[in-house]
Amino acid sequence: MQEFFGLAYFAEIPAVIFDIQRGGPSTGMPTRTQQSDILLCAYASHGDTKHVLLFPKGPHEAFQFSAQSFDLAERLQTPVFVMLDLDIGMNDWLCEPLTWDDQHTYDRGKIMTAEALEASTTFGRYLDVDGDAIPFRTLPGTHPSKGAYFTRGTSRDRYAKYSEEGAVYVDNMQRLLRKFETAKTLVPGPVRRAAQKPTSWGAIYYGSSTPAMDEALAALEAQDLHLDTLRVRAFPFSEEVSAFIHEHEQVFLVEQNRDAQLKTLLVNECGIDPARFISVLHYDGTPITARFITGAIAERMTLATRKQAAE
Amino acid sequence: MTYITKPKLHHPSLVANKLGFTRRDYEGSVSTLCAGCGHDSISAALIQACFELDIEPHRVAKLSGIGCSSKTPDYLLGNSHGFNSVHGRMPSVLTGANLANRDLIYFGISGDGDSASIGLGQFAHCIRRGVDMVYICENNGVYGLTKGQFSATADKGSKSKTAVNSDSPIDLVGLALILGASFVARSFSGDKKQLVPLLKAAITHKGAAFIDVVSPCVQFNNNPQSTKSYDFVREHNDAVNRLDFITPRAQIHVDYEPGTVETVVQHDGSVLKLAKLHTDYNPHDRGQAMGWLQQRHEAGEVVTGLLYIDAEPEDLHAHLNTVDAPLNRLDEKDLCPGSVALAEVNESYR
Repeated sequence: MQEFFGLAYFAEIPAVIFDIQRGGPSTGMPTRTQQSDILLCAYASHGDTKHVLLFPKGPHEAFQFSAQSFDLAERLQTPVFVMLDLDIGMNDWLCEPLTWDDQHTYDRGKIMTAEALEASTTFGRYLDVDGDAIPFRTLPGTHPSKGAYFTRGTSRDRYAKYSEEGAVYVDNMQRLLRKFETAKTLVPGPVRRAAQKPTSWGAIYYGSSTPAMDEALAALEAQDLHLDTLRVRAFPFSEEVSAFIHEHEQVFLVEQNRDAQLKTLLVNECGIDPARFISVLHYDGTPITARFITGAIAERMTLATRKQAAE
Repeated sequence: MTYITKPKLHHPSLVANKLGFTRRDYEGSVSTLCAGCGHDSISAALIQACFELDIEPHRVAKLSGIGCSSKTPDYLLGNSHGFNSVHGRMPSVLTGANLANRDLIYFGISGDGDSASIGLGQFAHCIRRGVDMVYICENNGVYGLTKGQFSATADKGSKSKTAVNSDSPIDLVGLALILGASFVARSFSGDKKQLVPLLKAAITHKGAAFIDVVSPCVQFNNNPQSTKSYDFVREHNDAVNRLDFITPRAQIHVDYEPGTVETVVQHDGSVLKLAKLHTDYNPHDRGQAMGWLQQRHEAGEVVTGLLYIDAEPEDLHAHLNTVDAPLNRLDEKDLCPGSVALAEVNESYR
């Protein structure tokens, strides 16, 4: 499966993958929830890859993001991972009714029709024509003599012609990076919430931790502990994500995995000092609770306040 | 590796088919395989079959895995889309492509390393699902790109330059029969007269057609002790029949001895005329085909010809009851039930 993700990334094939993250391996823990495939999916495959990830907070947003993921996959011609977890995927939830805009049309992305091929002088499957690094593609069987190509993961030039030249490979890899920059502007942005009082504390969370986080924030406010929060909804991270982190001295990062995987991704992709983050990690297989988050954050904030007072 | 552009020029008196295409219009890039490679003969046979069947090149999709055999789709049908996928996993890519657009003709080009080892599971499932395709295994018994290690189809006792194979072989023809393929054949890359009609019959067959083509590797497996060498196959070839393929448009005339010809009419009206070389061999009997294969294998022979055909096959689309239009052409009007239907879904959860 990993090879296929890589092939789709390099050959630029749209695909949508729903990852219902859970514990494991073996049987037993896979019936429990986790957010432990973040890094696996972000960099899936051999070779240098980066994939688009979406983090819905519950069934309502999962429904929205599912439809959006297909549009994104075809627009960006790349795999898109909808990062669900077992809690969202299999447990009963109370959520807002699912909504659908009847005016919505499918975005099939940049596809050359027979007429467009007829009118054009050159077609290159991996040619960046309009600067967003997304090439045009053709569907098999479109035109008798134009637009057909034989492709593979790598080892071909902008016109899908075989090449093992280093410069040709690098050229393509650089375009894929630029395409990922374009992706930043298309994926759902983060949701920011300001604390009731000015604060230097921030908190980042994502996915199914959201309801517990909402409840925890209310409990913390009741204890006069205030945090600005940011709910990350997609990878690649938009500029707002790193801006939020830089605006706060310390940022709690709430995750349901052992290794603070989103933190690793943020540190790596946004060039942030890991010391800014305080991880709040819950990974025993049960859904994260407000009590757990409140306890972990309150303890740390109270300790810091006491330390400040002592100084 | 060099990449040479093939000149487009051709002789003005080249024969054209009904569509006005010459044989050269079905060619692809220049092959980079070793001179004398059996695979190039198979590519030439495919080119010949498509030319003779008057197929529009752009209506074909060529899918392959990884290996010498999987490079060959680049060397034929330059106006067709082609995709060199993951080692052994051409079948799932082909299945997906076929589901997306049922209107195209699908060639799955694989090898013994690709299909019989890493891709054995994929091979099994695309055959049992009845994906409408021509699945060609270019079978040389070795991994040529990695310098000639034995593959899973190499016969026990086969000798390479440095080793003797001690494992039992996997016979993909036998497997295809067990798995329910509706068209099963074996041929030899050095026998174009047998291979071209078989390919034509497979292309017009509306179901999972599997052809195992023994294709000697001149570099690593063409030695006297190999059972997949030119000499061995020529000496031990046991053809059950000789096939003539007749398009629905062509006039049918019989030039075989009465009693030795079996006629099979396919769904599209094409007629397969089988000159029976073994008069008691019945290509409609799956069980007999399996028994025959085993028996001849034990006698050290390579059975070739059309081994099994179901003249009324079913394909995956029939099993899934999909619409006639290619799925990739459906839009939101066809596919999206809209907010009214969603309101009912919401209501059902209250």
